[in-house]
Amino acid sequence: MSMLRKSAPFRAAAIGLGLLTLVAGGSTAVAATSQAPLKEVPGGFSFESPLGKFDQASLQRGYKVYAEVCSSCHSMTLMSYRNLCQPGGPFYTEKFKNPNDSPYCKAIAADIKVPDLDPDTGDAIQRPATAADHFRSPFPNDIAAAASNGGKAPPDLSVMARAREGGPQYIYSILTGYVTPPKGLTVPAGKSYNPYFPGDLGAQWAGSKATVPQGGIIGMPFQLTPGRVTFDDGTKSTTEQQAKDVATFLAWTAEPKQEERKEAGLAVMIYLILFSGILYLSYRRIWRDVAH
Amino acid sequence: MSGHSTYEPKTGIERWLDARLPIIRFAKDTAIDFPTPKNLNYWYTFGGILAVCLVIQILTGVILAMHYVPNGDMAFNSVEQIMRDVNYGWLIRYVHANGASMFFLAVYIHIARGLYYGSYKAPREVLWILGCIIYLLMMATAFMGYVLPWGQMSFAGAVVITSLFSAFDQVIPGLGTAITTWLWGGFAVGGATLNRFFSLHYLLPFVIAGVVGLHIWALHVPGNNNPIGVDVKSKADTVPFHPYYTVKDGFAISAFMILFAWFVFFAPEALGHVDNQVPANPLVTPAHIVPEWYFLPFYAILRSVPQKLFGVLAMFGSIGMLFALPWLDTSKVRSMRYRPTAKIFLILFVLATIGLGWCGGKEPADMVITLGRDANNDPTGFPVLWLSRILAIYYYAFFLVILPLLGLFEKPLAVPTTISTPVLPQGGAAIPAGAVAAPEKKG
Repeated sequence: MSMLRKSAPFRAAAIGLGLLTLVAGGSTAVAATSQAPLKEVPGGFSFESPLGKFDQASLQRGYKVYAEVCSSCHSMTLMSYRNLCQPGGPFYTEKFKNPNDSPYCKAIAADIKVPDLDPDTGDAIQRPATAADHFRSPFPNDIAAAASNGGKAPPDLSVMARAREGGPQYIYSILTGYVTPPKGLTVPAGKSYNPYFPGDLGAQWAGSKATVPQGGIIGMPFQLTPGRVTFDDGTKSTTEQQAKDVATFLAWTAEPKQEERKEAGLAVMIYLILFSGILYLSYRRIWRDVAH
Repeated sequence: MSGHSTYEPKTGIERWLDARLPIIRFAKDTAIDFPTPKNLNYWYTFGGILAVCLVIQILTGVILAMHYVPNGDMAFNSVEQIMRDVNYGWLIRYVHANGASMFFLAVYIHIARGLYYGSYKAPREVLWILGCIIYLLMMATAFMGYVLPWGQMSFAGAVVITSLFSAFDQVIPGLGTAITTWLWGGFAVGGATLNRFFSLHYLLPFVIAGVVGLHIWALHVPGNNNPIGVDVKSKADTVPFHPYYTVKDGFAISAFMILFAWFVFFAPEALGHVDNQVPANPLVTPAHIVPEWYFLPFYAILRSVPQKLFGVLAMFGSIGMLFALPWLDTSKVRSMRYRPTAKIFLILFVLATIGLGWCGGKEPADMVITLGRDANNDPTGFPVLWLSRILAIYYYAFFLVILPLLGLFEKPLAVPTTISTPVLPQGGAAIPAGAVAAPEKKG
């Protein structure tokens, strides 16, 4: 990612001028992307309402889906193993207030090898992770990630649930939304059609312009086949269940402090409403003798 | 207007200080005793709300700057680290990000109030122009602040806005390119641009604070305008600022904070854009580039003009109109409460500006009214581009045609002679204290 950002200043300037033409040209037609309306998530997400909380069991199942499926291609660089055991996290327990002490996170981390330098020789080594380590990235860099995935690096998932319209509902729709491409749509080898992936399929569509299918061509093939992940709590591992759980997990990783935010918000609201009421009464009292 | 000072130093140390730096006297005269028209309504509380917004932005901003890294490779993640690993970092950052929107919401209401009650007219022209300067500085600060998280929309916004200056290539070939290169610190928006934007984003709020000081000074020379736009005639027309307006402003600020807190705690990203959660990547352009909501009307004006240079001039000119307003409005009557025709045109102006904001959030080729489909199945009809052109013309006509002419032809309603007249039948003079003429209007 960082390597791409450093490169090609002239191309960036060209893009800038292109944008400007678009802005100043005004009537330039814009290629319209389309996608199907997002799916309803069965039962909805527990954290959607203003005071809603994450379902910890769902977070744990979601982590398992991430760890066993997503993490083989997608990085999640903003997360550390300790985060899993912090208050509000999937493996938080009252007994271990400090996530670094939690045996769950220590055990999860210890199973994973992360790259490091040998402190004595400086050689590149692999060592067991600690709770403080960031989630291991599946590829050493973005170029390697792109090379192994049809030319485009799979996006980092840390804030994915905040980085797409619809957030967790979008993630759920994408993961469960793979369908057989309609007749007349050319899907390049190694890629898939997904009606919920925003795109413009006009160029791949053989039929009339009026009937171009909604959606786009996505690099990621269908992943969450029924039973792909075995849930330890006995929950039936359907495609929908896995998708809902991993979407919940990604909503949490995108904003691990969400529950704290909502709890603080409730207290702040109660305080402000009471305080405003007191100020209003003071105002009425102070102004009671002034005609205005 | 502030009259003679009533401050009497009571203690030795106060007398000693008063003879050397009469700062307590100054505070008492300007913030406590200051005679303020007694008929100011809630629209007049937004000045106080804005002062609070500025303080909140500076306090949260200084703390954010302790943790933020203005580097193209690290900025995005440093913002996320603030949200995750800094104690209450999520709160400080959400307050700062939403605080910008709240600041603009309040400033737009503050400006609209000034337009409605004629607060720009003599002798308050300098007060008004200082306000316009604050508004311009706010826009520059907000724009550069939006670049700092270094997401996709940050980057695209920086490219689009700084590239506007390349339009000056059409005046003197090479001039625009030289300006953009100078602004960017290179040949494209990059790490150097981010670093200088951070520097300026930290600097400008203190410039704003300084101009706010001048703004309040310029307010305290003629004193407040008021909803009827009639000058203060006697002491009966005023109340001391404290406690009357400290408590009224205090209530309004607290009520405003409820809205503020609702966004911070329950919809912190409702006013943002999802693309800005994707790290900046010069090789990928977002499909739909939109500025923050508070810039949308001007973005629509920019795009409504087909020629680049004139588009840029139209956009900056739309704010320039505000500067010239005190001399464009020829009416002798300040408050539009007594200008029924002007009131209708002002309401249309506010609606046109909101309409321009709506246009700014759409693509110019989108349809306002779809009438049919062309051969490519693209909709045909009345496009956003033409709606924004009509609204932009009205925006300019309001300043350049309507206000200058209306003042000459309009028949205003009878204006009360004093502030006390509208509430007290006898003009407020002979009424014994406590015998209120219209008790239902109390409070």
